Amino acid sequence: MASAPITSLSARPETPFARRPLHVTQDSIWVKWILVAGALLFLGVFLLLPLAAVFTEALRRGAAAYFASFTDPDAIAAIKLTVTAAGLAVPANLVFGIAAAWAVTKFTFPGKSVLITLIDLPFAVSPVIAGLIFVLVFGAQGWYGRYLEAGSPWLPWLQHWLIAQDFKIIFAVPGIVLATMFITVPFVARELIALMQSQEHDEEMAAVTLGAGGWQIFRRVTLPNIKWALFYGVILCNARAMGEFGAVSVVSGHIRGETNTLPLHVEILYNEYNFVAAFAVASLLAILAMVTLALKSIVEWRHAVSRCVGAS
Amino acid sequence: MALLRHKRHALPGLNLSLGFTLSYLGLVVLVPLAAAFLKAAEMTWPEFVSAVSSPRVLASYRITFFASLAAALFNAAAGLLVAWVLVRYSFPGRKVVDALVDLPFALPTAVAGIALTALYSKNGWVGQFIDPNGAHRMIPMGLKLVFSGTGVFIALTFIGLPFVIRTVQPVIAELKPELEEAAATLGASRWQTISRVLFPEIFPALLTGFALAFARALGEYGSVVFISGNMPMKTEITPLLIITKLEQYDYHGATAIAVVMLIASFALLLLINLLQKWSRRYQRI
Repeated sequence: MASAPITSLSARPETPFARRPLHVTQDSIWVKWILVAGALLFLGVFLLLPLAAVFTEALRRGAAAYFASFTDPDAIAAIKLTVTAAGLAVPANLVFGIAAAWAVTKFTFPGKSVLITLIDLPFAVSPVIAGLIFVLVFGAQGWYGRYLEAGSPWLPWLQHWLIAQDFKIIFAVPGIVLATMFITVPFVARELIALMQSQEHDEEMAAVTLGAGGWQIFRRVTLPNIKWALFYGVILCNARAMGEFGAVSVVSGHIRGETNTLPLHVEILYNEYNFVAAFAVASLLAILAMVTLALKSIVEWRHAVSRCVGAS
Repeated sequence: MALLRHKRHALPGLNLSLGFTLSYLGLVVLVPLAAAFLKAAEMTWPEFVSAVSSPRVLASYRITFFASLAAALFNAAAGLLVAWVLVRYSFPGRKVVDALVDLPFALPTAVAGIALTALYSKNGWVGQFIDPNGAHRMIPMGLKLVFSGTGVFIALTFIGLPFVIRTVQPVIAELKPELEEAAATLGASRWQTISRVLFPEIFPALLTGFALAFARALGEYGSVVFISGNMPMKTEITPLLIITKLEQYDYHGATAIAVVMLIASFALLLLINLLQKWSRRYQRI
C-alpha cells in the first residue's frame, strides 16, 4: 500500500554505497534516548506522580495516623460493603462470562455479532447513567416504587412481603450490587470470547464422541484451556467492582456506615477536609490496583493472554 | 459448511448458555437502559428540547466535548510515542513501565481524582511551580491547573492514557522489518520510511485508540469532580449535571440529558466498531 510514496523517491540521486548507514532500519542512539526520555517523562508525570502522591499524603502525619484511619467504624463498614458488593457482582459476571463465551464461540446462530456488541455496551455507558437507570427502575418514583404503591398489584403476596420486609433497592445494598454488576458485565466475557474464538473445538468434539456430558466437557476439557484468561478477567472485573465510583455514588444515598463503599468513603473524608484519612483509605484502593496490575502482568508474561483494550 | 454447522451443534449447552446469556443481559443491562428511553418518552418534545438545550446544559456539553477531545488528541500523540518506545527500544525497567501503563484501568477514579488534585493544586508537587499562587512559580503569570478547564483536561488525559498505547502497541509489534528494509533499499531516508511507510500502517489503530479514549472521557465522572471545581457554565461536566438534576428530584431533566449522552456514546461505539473492522482489513492486505 505504500508503493506510491516509494516510487516518487526513485528519482533521487544515488547515495554512494560506502556512505550508506549500516543499520538502515535502526534509529540513532540519540533519537532513541530522546524518545525514551520523552515517553518516561510523560508516564512519570501522569502515572507515577499520582501514585506516589496517594502514599505521601496518606503518611503525612506518620504511621500512627495512617493506621488509625482504618479503625474507624465507618471505614470498616465501607470495607465490608465493598467486599460484599464485589463478592456478589464478580461471581455473577463470572457465570455470565462463561455462559456468553460458550454460546458465542461454540455455536453459530443469527444475531451473534449483535450479541457480542451488546455484551460490550456497559463500557459505552457513563457510570453516572448506569446509576441513573437503576434509580429510574427501582427508585421511589420508578417502576419498583410504583409497584409498592399500587392498589391492585400483580402478585399481591410479593408486594405484601416486600413492604413487610421494608425491602429497599435504591439507597441500599441491592442497588449498589446491581449498579456494580452492570458496570462490570463485559470483563470476564470479553476475555473468554477473545481467547475461545481462537481455539479449535477438536478436544471438546473428541470428548463428545467418548460419551462425556456437557458439564464434564466443560470442567475437564474447556476449563483447563481457558483458566488463565478466566483468572485475568476475574481480577480486572474485581478491581473495577471494588473501585467503581460514579454508578455507585448515584444509587447509594451516602448513608455513613451503611451504604458507603470504599471509594465513596474516600469522597466523604476528602470533602470533610480529613485529607490524611481520605488518602489512607485511597491508598488501600491503590494497593489493590497495584496487586491487580502485578497479577495481570504475571499472567501475561507466562501465558501470553491476549490484551484487551477498553477494559476500564 | 453444512458439515461444519452440524459439527458445531454436536456440542451440548446451546439452549442453556444462550438462554442464560440473553436473560442476564436483558435483566441487568437492556431493561434498565430501556427505562431511560421510556422515562424520556413521558416528556413532550418541547419539554425534552428545553431540558437538553438550556444554556447551562449546553455549556456542560461544550466543556465535556472539548476537554475530552483535547485529552484524546494529547493521548494520541503521547500514546504513539510510548507505544513506539515500548516496542522498539529496550531500556532498564521496560517491563515494569509496560505493566504500569494499565494503572488508569485499575486505579479507582476517585483515588485518581484526589491524587491529581493534590499534585496540581498550589501546594502540590507540580502545582507549586505553575499555579498563580504557587510558592515556586516558574512561569510569569502562572496557570491555574485545578478548578479550571485545564484540570478537567488533566483528569481526562489520565483516564484515557492506556487506550492509544494498548491499541497501537500490537500493531507496531507486528510491523515486518522487511517493510523498512525495502523502503531503505529504495533510497528512503529514515524519516521518509517512518512517515510514509510505517505511519500509514499504524494510523487505523491510532484512530481507534483515539476514539476509545475520547468515548471514555465523555462519560467520565469520578476523577473529574475533584479537580474541576464544578463551576456551572465553566467547569461543570455533563455527567455531573445529571447528578445535580437527580439531587433536585428533576428525574425528567436528568433522564433527558442522559438520553442525549447515550445516543452520542452509542453512535461513537458504532463508529469504533467500524474503525476496528477497517483497521483489521487494512492490516490483512
